[in-house]
Amino acid sequence: MTSSDEALAQSATSADTAPGSQEPGAARGAQGRGTAPTGAGTWRSRLYRWDMKASPYAFISPFFIIFGAFSLVPLLYTAWYSLHHVQLSNLDGQTWAGLDNYTNLFQSDFFWNALKNTFTIGVISTVPQLIAAIWLAHMLNYRLRGSTVWRVVMLTPYATSVAAATLVFVLLFSPDTGMINWALDLIGIDPVNWRESDWGSQAAVSSIVIWRWTGYNALIYLAAMQAIPADLYESAALDGANRWQQFRHVTIPMLRPTILFTVVVSTIGATQLFGEPLLFGGVSGTKGGSEHQYQTLGLYMYDQGWIVGNLGKASAIAWSMFLILLIVAAINLLITRRLRKTQ
Amino acid sequence: MRTTARTSRRAMTFAVVATLATGLLAGCATDDDSGSDGGSSGGAGNKGGTTVTIGTFGVFGYKQAGLYDEYMKLHPGVTIKENVTTRTDVYWPKTLTRLQAGSGTDDIQAIEVGNITEAVQTQADKFVDLGKEVDKSQWLDWKNAQATTKDGKLIGLGTDVGPMAICYRKDLFEKAGLETDRTKLAAQWKGNWNKYVDLGKQYMKKAPNGTKYVDSASSVYNAALGGEKERYYDKDGSVIWDKSTGVKKSWNAAMEVATSNMSAKLKQFDKPWDQGFANGTFATVACPAWMLGYIQEKSGDAGKGKWDVAAAPTAANWGGSFIGVPTASKHQKEAIALAKWLTAPAQQAKVFAKQASFPSTPSAYADLKPQAATTTFFSDAPLTQIFSDSAKTIPVQVFGIKDQPIGTAITDTGILQVEQKGKSPAQGWDAATKEVKDVLDQ
Repeated sequence: MTSSDEALAQSATSADTAPGSQEPGAARGAQGRGTAPTGAGTWRSRLYRWDMKASPYAFISPFFIIFGAFSLVPLLYTAWYSLHHVQLSNLDGQTWAGLDNYTNLFQSDFFWNALKNTFTIGVISTVPQLIAAIWLAHMLNYRLRGSTVWRVVMLTPYATSVAAATLVFVLLFSPDTGMINWALDLIGIDPVNWRESDWGSQAAVSSIVIWRWTGYNALIYLAAMQAIPADLYESAALDGANRWQQFRHVTIPMLRPTILFTVVVSTIGATQLFGEPLLFGGVSGTKGGSEHQYQTLGLYMYDQGWIVGNLGKASAIAWSMFLILLIVAAINLLITRRLRKTQ
Repeated sequence: MRTTARTSRRAMTFAVVATLATGLLAGCATDDDSGSDGGSSGGAGNKGGTTVTIGTFGVFGYKQAGLYDEYMKLHPGVTIKENVTTRTDVYWPKTLTRLQAGSGTDDIQAIEVGNITEAVQTQADKFVDLGKEVDKSQWLDWKNAQATTKDGKLIGLGTDVGPMAICYRKDLFEKAGLETDRTKLAAQWKGNWNKYVDLGKQYMKKAPNGTKYVDSASSVYNAALGGEKERYYDKDGSVIWDKSTGVKKSWNAAMEVATSNMSAKLKQFDKPWDQGFANGTFATVACPAWMLGYIQEKSGDAGKGKWDVAAAPTAANWGGSFIGVPTASKHQKEAIALAKWLTAPAQQAKVFAKQASFPSTPSAYADLKPQAATTTFFSDAPLTQIFSDSAKTIPVQVFGIKDQPIGTAITDTGILQVEQKGKSPAQGWDAATKEVKDVLDQ
């Protein structure tokens, strides 16, 4: 094991044990400070007590102030807009709409189409991505020459800007001159119109997502894998388990919390998918193709709000997305609880 | 020994990560506003003076033609800073919100022709009335009309216009056995876009291998519609797009193209379209004056002398912009003076010489000189003549608030479905109708 392996493993173990050890530690610290000025009933001790109570809030306040100004207020303002007819060119001339925007939305084919696309693109990008990441991490978990290099290389796609990556993919997937159709042609498959066909365009968009995020997830899995005690593998080996059996019966169960974490993060990312399909679509990317075949909810919201200028409707889409995310989070929570119980 | 090995390895990793991180940040920076500090050159020596900012999208050519430097030399104490947002679809919403907030606008804001009606009808009180500041007769009447409110306020000065011609590949035409002389060719399709399409059928009979007649059906639609008085709205501002004869005529011409295999099925301004120029995969493209530079750049030296320009079937306009001074501008006086100077005939002629953006001021037409390279590239075609003839005869078009999204709905949904997915024109029309309804929030 190289030194950086150790570092990764260490950090992973300490991260694992952190939630358990933090509480008593924090309590001890508070006690220690609280007991210091015993016996003093002066204003100084009152000031001290006040300091004890208020300072922590002062220290955490920057985050909450910024969160309030840049997240909470816009969120509430969006809710307000979603109940009005508002045009981008006339922000002050809003008229009360009640739930009109929402009912329009739920009757709109475009909304359901975007929701469906978000889901299908989410599935065909997240599932292969996570499977590939586990496989990669499993490979890297063995002794390898230059493992740091491999890890850095894996992170490179993640560090590439969406714009740059997508532009390259657009060229690769170009129907007439792209390399992918050229390669398909070599093995005798008819060219695919990657921009306009239904599944083709979704697959193309997913491939960008997969390319960008696989390495990132693999590193998370790798860190978790290195935290698995080696004696588990040793005893499994003694019991006669081969590598695949070790992977199935030791690695996967031990990775369960990590897998769940990556699933949650990827699901949120998939629900908000925006940049890749936008840039993949080129000039009028917000449409997501002539039949909206890869228009995601994010794109539909952007199109309605900023291209077309129906800000009220766009706000309603934004809130619908938010509610969908809440539902997703709730489902995740349920599953997590289930898993905890079975463990 | 071991510790040093470890630190050096750490340093290595750190260096690699740092490099990646900078790359990431740099990547983000280029995503947003590329070249936002465009015109700040020449700022030295002017410290302490007034800084006038100008917000533009795409390439306006002012900086390229050296106009900022020239103005700053003429007016010591004034520094010009250009803020460029490359994409119009990012630029306009941003400008709209800033105008309404009354802060954050530049001293001069550019407005695209597709947005000018929206600006006139909803933002007029946010712009200075420039009608009193300039001699309005300098501009083409129809250009002024686009930026004038009902009560006669002029909110923007015309920059360039987009008079249309047809750019065609002489060499491909010759191989297909078609007329190659630009005057005779123009006479063949004069007056009607259907004649232009018909010639395409003839071209396809003997088309050189791997080439098509035209780049896309949408470009034919846009070009044809650019010559129609009536588009998506009537004079009272109500939407009539599905009854408009102009739209129907243009749609039919585009459908002829989309269903007859004469189109290379490209989407304009997409990467594959650029490659189409480089590889010579289509023989004609409806070209507004501002597109000349683009064609020249994307075709490269290989296209030199092979392209030629002929008059379009009808006089049509496609594109062009205005610059207005927001009332929120902190340096209104200086901004008005600069806007006047930038749009004056002499300066418009300079931009044309550099960028081939066609002036909206007819008095500039007499001494227009395109770049020598452009002229040779387009087979010594009399560019000035062709485009000014078109510009002078373009009708006054009626625009509406949502012209641009309606247009996109028709081209990028309706026409594209027929062209790329083999749907019938009726299905394409239905799809476009649905899309337009969504745009209008009906």
